[in-house]
Amino acid sequence: MSDTIFVPDFAPSPIPVRDLLPWAIFGAVLLLAIYFVGAEEGATALIPGMYVHEFVHDGRHLIGFPCH
Amino acid sequence: MVRTLLIRGMLVGLLAGLLVFAFSKVFGEPQVDRAIAFETVRKAAAHTPIGTPAEPELVTRQVQASFGLLTGVTVYCTAFGGLFALVFAYANGRTGNLSPRALSALLGAAGFVAIYLAPSLKYPANPPAIGEPETIGYRTALYFAMILISIAAMVLAIIARQRLVSRFGHWSATLIAMAAYIACIVAAQLLLPAIDEVPDGFPAPVLWNFRVASLGMQFVMWATIGLLFGALTERATAARRPLLVKAHAPAYDSKATYRLE
Repeated sequence: MSDTIFVPDFAPSPIPVRDLLPWAIFGAVLLLAIYFVGAEEGATALIPGMYVHEFVHDGRHLIGFPCH
Repeated sequence: MVRTLLIRGMLVGLLAGLLVFAFSKVFGEPQVDRAIAFETVRKAAAHTPIGTPAEPELVTRQVQASFGLLTGVTVYCTAFGGLFALVFAYANGRTGNLSPRALSALLGAAGFVAIYLAPSLKYPANPPAIGEPETIGYRTALYFAMILISIAAMVLAIIARQRLVSRFGHWSATLIAMAAYIACIVAAQLLLPAIDEVPDGFPAPVLWNFRVASLGMQFVMWATIGLLFGALTERATAARRPLLVKAHAPAYDSKATYRLE
Protein backbone atom coordinates (compact mmCIF):
# COMPACT_ATOMS: atom_id res chain seq x y z
CA MET A 1 0.00 0.00 0.00
CA SER A 2 1.29 3.43 -0.89
CA ASP A 3 2.12 6.12 1.65
CA THR A 4 1.59 8.86 -0.91
CA ILE A 5 -1.52 10.99 -0.85
CA PHE A 6 -2.46 14.17 -2.69
CA VAL A 7 -3.50 17.27 -0.75
CA PRO A 8 -4.52 20.70 -2.02
CA ASP A 9 -1.69 23.19 -1.76
CA PHE A 10 -2.66 26.84 -1.61
CA ALA A 11 0.26 28.34 0.25
CA PRO A 12 2.49 30.18 -2.18
CA SER A 13 6.05 30.99 -1.22
CA PRO A 14 5.98 34.23 0.77
CA ILE A 15 7.25 37.43 -0.82
CA PRO A 16 10.57 38.24 0.94
CA VAL A 17 10.40 41.22 3.30
CA ARG A 18 13.26 42.98 1.46
CA ASP A 19 11.10 42.97 -1.70
CA LEU A 20 8.17 44.39 0.27
CA LEU A 21 9.97 47.18 2.12
CA PRO A 22 10.32 49.65 -0.79
CA TRP A 23 6.53 49.52 -1.18
CA ALA A 24 6.10 50.69 2.41
CA ILE A 25 6.87 54.20 1.10
CA PHE A 26 3.83 53.86 -1.13
CA GLY A 27 1.86 52.74 1.92
CA ALA A 28 2.89 55.98 3.66
CA VAL A 29 1.55 57.98 0.70
CA LEU A 30 -1.76 56.10 0.96
CA LEU A 31 -1.92 56.87 4.70
CA LEU A 32 -1.37 60.54 3.86
CA ALA A 33 -4.34 60.37 1.46
CA ILE A 34 -6.50 58.94 4.27
CA TYR A 35 -5.26 61.72 6.55
CA PHE A 36 -6.38 64.36 4.04
CA VAL A 37 -9.88 62.89 3.88
CA GLY A 38 -10.10 62.22 7.61
CA ALA A 39 -8.29 64.88 9.59
CA GLU A 40 -6.73 67.70 7.51
CA GLU A 41 -7.86 71.17 8.66
CA GLY A 42 -9.55 69.61 11.64
CA ALA A 43 -7.23 68.72 14.50
CA THR A 44 -4.15 69.66 12.47
CA ALA A 45 -3.53 71.43 9.18
CA LEU A 46 -0.82 71.12 6.52
CA ILE A 47 -2.56 73.55 4.20
CA PRO A 48 -3.92 76.88 5.54
CA GLY A 49 -7.62 77.61 5.21
CA MET A 50 -10.63 75.34 5.46
CA TYR A 51 -11.17 74.35 1.84
CA VAL A 52 -10.10 70.68 2.09
CA HIS A 53 -12.14 70.25 5.29
CA GLU A 54 -15.24 71.79 3.73
CA PHE A 55 -14.87 69.91 0.44
CA VAL A 56 -14.67 66.41 1.97
CA HIS A 57 -16.99 67.44 4.87
CA ASP A 58 -19.83 64.95 4.27
CA GLY A 59 -17.52 62.05 3.56
CA ARG A 60 -15.50 62.75 6.69
CA HIS A 61 -18.62 62.67 8.88
CA LEU A 62 -20.02 59.54 7.26
CA ILE A 63 -16.74 57.61 7.24
CA GLY A 64 -16.67 58.13 11.00
CA PHE A 65 -13.92 60.67 11.63
CA PRO A 66 -14.42 63.42 14.22
CA CYS A 67 -15.24 66.66 12.39
CA HIS A 68 -15.46 70.24 13.75
CA MET B 1 4.33 40.79 -8.03
CA VAL B 2 3.83 43.42 -5.31
CA ARG B 3 3.18 46.00 -8.01
CA THR B 4 0.45 43.85 -9.58
CA LEU B 5 -1.20 43.29 -6.19
CA LEU B 6 -1.01 47.00 -5.33
CA ILE B 7 -2.58 48.12 -8.61
CA ARG B 8 -5.27 45.45 -8.25
CA GLY B 9 -5.97 46.56 -4.68
CA MET B 10 -6.30 50.21 -5.62
CA LEU B 11 -8.59 49.46 -8.57
CA VAL B 12 -10.78 47.26 -6.37
CA GLY B 13 -10.74 50.06 -3.78
CA LEU B 14 -11.79 52.59 -6.42
CA LEU B 15 -14.74 50.39 -7.40
CA ALA B 16 -15.61 49.94 -3.73
CA GLY B 17 -15.51 53.75 -3.42
CA LEU B 18 -18.12 54.12 -6.16
CA LEU B 19 -20.39 51.58 -4.45
CA VAL B 20 -19.87 53.31 -1.09
CA PHE B 21 -20.70 56.65 -2.73
CA ALA B 22 -23.99 55.26 -4.09
CA PHE B 23 -24.80 53.76 -0.67
CA SER B 24 -23.99 56.99 1.16
CA LYS B 25 -26.09 59.09 -1.25
CA VAL B 26 -29.14 56.94 -0.49
CA PHE B 27 -28.69 56.28 3.24
CA GLY B 28 -26.20 58.85 4.54
CA GLU B 29 -26.96 62.20 2.90
CA PRO B 30 -30.59 62.47 4.12
CA GLN B 31 -29.29 62.18 7.71
CA VAL B 32 -26.57 64.80 7.09
CA ASP B 33 -29.23 67.18 5.73
CA ARG B 34 -31.49 66.62 8.76
CA ALA B 35 -28.59 67.20 11.15
CA ILE B 36 -27.68 70.46 9.37
CA ALA B 37 -31.34 71.56 9.52
CA PHE B 38 -31.28 70.95 13.30
CA GLU B 39 -28.06 72.97 13.60
CA THR B 40 -29.51 75.85 11.57
CA VAL B 41 -32.63 76.03 13.74
CA ARG B 42 -30.56 75.88 16.91
CA LYS B 43 -28.26 78.67 15.77
CA ALA B 44 -31.22 80.81 14.74
CA ALA B 45 -32.75 80.31 18.17
CA ALA B 46 -29.51 81.29 19.93
CA HIS B 47 -30.34 85.03 19.63
CA THR B 48 -27.83 85.90 16.95
CA PRO B 49 -27.82 89.72 16.78
CA ILE B 50 -29.49 91.04 13.65
CA GLY B 51 -26.96 92.03 11.04
CA THR B 52 -24.35 89.44 12.05
CA PRO B 53 -22.89 88.24 8.76
CA ALA B 54 -23.50 84.57 7.97
CA GLU B 55 -20.46 82.28 7.97
CA PRO B 56 -18.82 82.47 4.56
CA GLU B 57 -19.61 79.33 2.63
CA LEU B 58 -16.36 78.06 1.10
CA VAL B 59 -18.04 75.06 -0.50
CA THR B 60 -21.76 74.93 -1.20
CA ARG B 61 -23.93 72.16 0.24
CA GLN B 62 -24.55 70.89 -3.30
CA VAL B 63 -20.82 70.42 -3.92
CA GLN B 64 -20.26 68.89 -0.46
CA ALA B 65 -23.02 66.35 -1.09
CA SER B 66 -21.86 65.44 -4.61
CA PHE B 67 -18.25 65.95 -5.77
CA GLY B 68 -16.96 66.45 -2.23
CA LEU B 69 -18.55 63.25 -0.97
CA LEU B 70 -17.50 61.35 -4.11
CA THR B 71 -13.89 62.55 -3.77
CA GLY B 72 -13.76 61.83 -0.04
CA VAL B 73 -15.05 58.26 -0.21
CA THR B 74 -13.20 57.25 -3.38
CA VAL B 75 -9.84 58.57 -2.11
CA TYR B 76 -10.47 56.82 1.23
CA CYS B 77 -11.51 53.51 -0.36
CA THR B 78 -8.75 53.53 -3.00
CA ALA B 79 -6.14 54.18 -0.31
CA PHE B 80 -7.50 51.35 1.81
CA GLY B 81 -7.54 49.09 -1.26
CA GLY B 82 -3.83 49.77 -1.73
CA LEU B 83 -2.98 49.26 1.95
CA PHE B 84 -5.04 46.07 1.93
CA ALA B 85 -3.01 44.79 -1.04
CA LEU B 86 0.28 45.51 0.77
CA VAL B 87 -0.89 43.65 3.90
CA PHE B 88 -2.10 40.80 1.68
CA ALA B 89 1.30 40.70 -0.08
CA TYR B 90 2.96 40.20 3.30
CA ALA B 91 0.39 37.75 4.72
CA ASN B 92 0.06 35.52 1.63
CA GLY B 93 2.19 32.45 2.24
CA ARG B 94 2.78 33.35 5.89
CA THR B 95 -0.62 32.41 7.29
CA GLY B 96 -0.85 28.71 6.68
CA ASN B 97 -2.52 26.80 3.90
CA LEU B 98 -5.11 29.40 2.91
CA SER B 99 -6.23 30.07 -0.64
CA PRO B 100 -5.84 33.70 -1.78
CA ARG B 101 -9.62 34.00 -1.83
CA ALA B 102 -10.00 32.81 1.75
CA LEU B 103 -7.08 34.90 3.02
CA SER B 104 -8.45 38.02 1.33
CA ALA B 105 -11.95 37.50 2.78
CA LEU B 106 -10.51 36.95 6.28
CA LEU B 107 -8.29 40.04 5.98
CA GLY B 108 -11.32 42.07 4.90
CA ALA B 109 -13.29 40.86 7.91
CA ALA B 110 -10.38 41.56 10.27
CA GLY B 111 -9.92 45.05 8.78
CA PHE B 112 -13.60 45.87 9.15
CA VAL B 113 -13.65 44.79 12.80
CA ALA B 114 -10.27 46.26 13.81
CA ILE B 115 -10.31 49.55 11.91
CA TYR B 116 -13.99 50.48 12.03
CA LEU B 117 -16.32 48.32 14.12
CA ALA B 118 -14.43 48.11 17.43
CA PRO B 119 -13.26 51.78 17.49
CA SER B 120 -16.73 53.00 16.52
CA LEU B 121 -18.33 51.20 19.48
CA LYS B 122 -16.42 53.61 21.72
CA TYR B 123 -16.30 56.67 19.47
CA PRO B 124 -19.16 56.35 16.98
CA ALA B 125 -19.58 58.44 13.84
CA ASN B 126 -21.36 61.74 14.45
CA PRO B 127 -23.39 63.87 12.03
CA PRO B 128 -22.92 67.65 11.78
CA ALA B 129 -24.25 69.60 14.80
CA ILE B 130 -22.62 67.11 17.19
CA GLY B 131 -19.18 67.88 18.61
CA GLU B 132 -17.74 71.04 20.13
CA PRO B 133 -15.20 72.75 17.82
CA GLU B 134 -12.87 73.33 20.81
CA THR B 135 -12.45 69.59 21.48
CA ILE B 136 -11.64 68.51 17.91
CA GLY B 137 -7.97 67.87 18.70
CA TYR B 138 -8.81 65.82 21.78
CA ARG B 139 -11.51 63.79 20.00
CA THR B 140 -9.30 63.13 16.97
CA ALA B 141 -6.40 61.97 19.17
CA LEU B 142 -8.66 59.59 21.12
CA TYR B 143 -10.25 58.20 17.96
CA PHE B 144 -6.89 57.47 16.34
CA ALA B 145 -5.54 56.02 19.60
CA MET B 146 -8.52 53.64 19.73
CA ILE B 147 -7.89 52.57 16.12
CA LEU B 148 -4.17 51.95 16.78
CA ILE B 149 -4.94 49.91 19.93
CA SER B 150 -7.49 47.89 17.99
CA ILE B 151 -5.12 47.16 15.09
CA ALA B 152 -2.32 46.18 17.50
CA ALA B 153 -4.70 43.86 19.41
CA MET B 154 -5.86 42.26 16.15
CA VAL B 155 -2.30 41.64 14.94
CA LEU B 156 -1.32 40.12 18.31
CA ALA B 157 -4.46 37.95 18.31
CA ILE B 158 -3.65 36.60 14.83
CA ILE B 159 -0.03 35.85 15.85
CA ALA B 160 -1.26 34.17 19.05
CA ARG B 161 -3.74 32.07 17.07
CA GLN B 162 -0.97 30.72 14.86
CA ARG B 163 1.14 29.76 17.87
CA LEU B 164 -1.80 28.09 19.64
CA VAL B 165 -2.96 25.99 16.68
CA SER B 166 -0.50 23.16 17.29
CA ARG B 167 -1.60 22.87 20.92
CA PHE B 168 -5.36 23.48 20.80
CA GLY B 169 -6.33 22.83 17.17
CA HIS B 170 -7.79 25.32 14.70
CA TRP B 171 -11.22 25.75 16.27
CA SER B 172 -10.13 26.38 19.84
CA ALA B 173 -7.09 28.48 18.88
CA THR B 174 -9.38 30.75 16.84
CA LEU B 175 -11.83 31.13 19.72
CA ILE B 176 -9.03 31.86 22.21
CA ALA B 177 -7.57 34.51 19.88
CA MET B 178 -10.99 36.11 19.40
CA ALA B 179 -11.59 36.19 23.15
CA ALA B 180 -8.16 37.79 23.68
CA TYR B 181 -8.93 40.47 21.08
CA ILE B 182 -12.31 41.23 22.66
CA ALA B 183 -10.69 41.41 26.12
CA CYS B 184 -8.17 43.98 24.82
CA ILE B 185 -10.95 46.07 23.27
CA VAL B 186 -13.09 45.93 26.42
CA ALA B 187 -10.11 46.98 28.58
CA ALA B 188 -9.19 49.86 26.22
CA GLN B 189 -12.79 51.07 26.07
CA LEU B 190 -13.13 51.01 29.85
CA LEU B 191 -9.88 52.97 30.30
CA LEU B 192 -10.27 55.58 27.56
CA PRO B 193 -12.41 58.63 28.46
CA ALA B 194 -15.99 58.88 27.19
CA ILE B 195 -17.07 61.61 24.78
CA ASP B 196 -20.66 62.80 24.86
CA GLU B 197 -21.30 66.03 23.01
CA VAL B 198 -24.76 65.33 21.62
CA PRO B 199 -26.74 68.56 22.07
CA ASP B 200 -30.06 68.52 23.93
CA GLY B 201 -32.99 67.81 21.67
CA PHE B 202 -31.00 66.24 18.83
CA PRO B 203 -33.40 63.78 17.17
CA ALA B 204 -32.44 60.21 18.18
CA PRO B 205 -33.67 58.61 14.92
CA VAL B 206 -31.38 60.88 12.87
CA LEU B 207 -28.41 59.95 15.06
CA TRP B 208 -29.23 56.22 14.85
CA ASN B 209 -29.82 56.26 11.09
CA PHE B 210 -26.64 58.25 10.51
CA ARG B 211 -24.57 55.74 12.46
CA VAL B 212 -26.20 52.77 10.71
CA ALA B 213 -25.45 54.44 7.35
CA SER B 214 -21.83 54.91 8.41
CA LEU B 215 -21.61 51.24 9.44
CA GLY B 216 -23.18 50.19 6.14
CA MET B 217 -20.68 52.23 4.13
CA GLN B 218 -17.76 50.60 5.92
CA PHE B 219 -19.29 47.16 5.44
CA VAL B 220 -19.73 47.78 1.69
CA MET B 221 -16.11 48.92 1.41
CA TRP B 222 -14.52 46.04 3.34
CA ALA B 223 -16.77 43.39 1.79
CA THR B 224 -16.04 44.63 -1.75
CA ILE B 225 -12.28 44.81 -1.18
CA GLY B 226 -12.08 41.50 0.73
CA LEU B 227 -14.18 39.46 -1.70
CA LEU B 228 -13.32 41.03 -5.07
CA PHE B 229 -9.57 41.32 -4.45
CA GLY B 230 -9.56 37.66 -3.37
CA ALA B 231 -11.55 36.48 -6.38
CA LEU B 232 -9.26 38.31 -8.83
CA THR B 233 -6.08 37.12 -7.11
CA GLU B 234 -7.39 33.54 -6.98
CA ARG B 235 -8.10 33.62 -10.71
CA ALA B 236 -4.69 35.12 -11.52
CA THR B 237 -2.79 32.51 -9.50
CA ALA B 238 -4.96 29.46 -10.28
CA ALA B 239 -3.31 28.89 -13.65
CA ARG B 240 0.17 28.83 -12.15
CA ARG B 241 -0.03 26.50 -9.19
CA PRO B 242 -0.62 22.77 -9.01
CA LEU B 243 -3.97 21.97 -7.48
CA LEU B 244 -2.65 18.92 -5.65
CA VAL B 245 0.77 18.11 -4.29
CA LYS B 246 2.21 14.87 -3.08
CA ALA B 247 2.34 14.43 0.68
CA HIS B 248 3.45 11.59 2.88
CA ALA B 249 0.84 9.74 4.89
CA PRO B 250 1.06 6.39 6.65
CA ALA B 251 -0.86 3.62 5.00
CA TYR B 252 -4.32 2.86 6.35
CA ASP B 253 -4.28 0.34 9.14
CA SER B 254 -7.57 -1.46 9.63
CA LYS B 255 -6.75 -2.28 13.27
CA ALA B 256 -5.87 1.27 14.30
CA THR B 257 -8.40 3.83 15.51
CA TYR B 258 -8.65 7.09 13.58
CA ARG B 259 -9.96 10.39 14.80
CA LEU B 260 -11.01 13.36 12.68
CA GLU B 261 -8.89 16.39 13.51
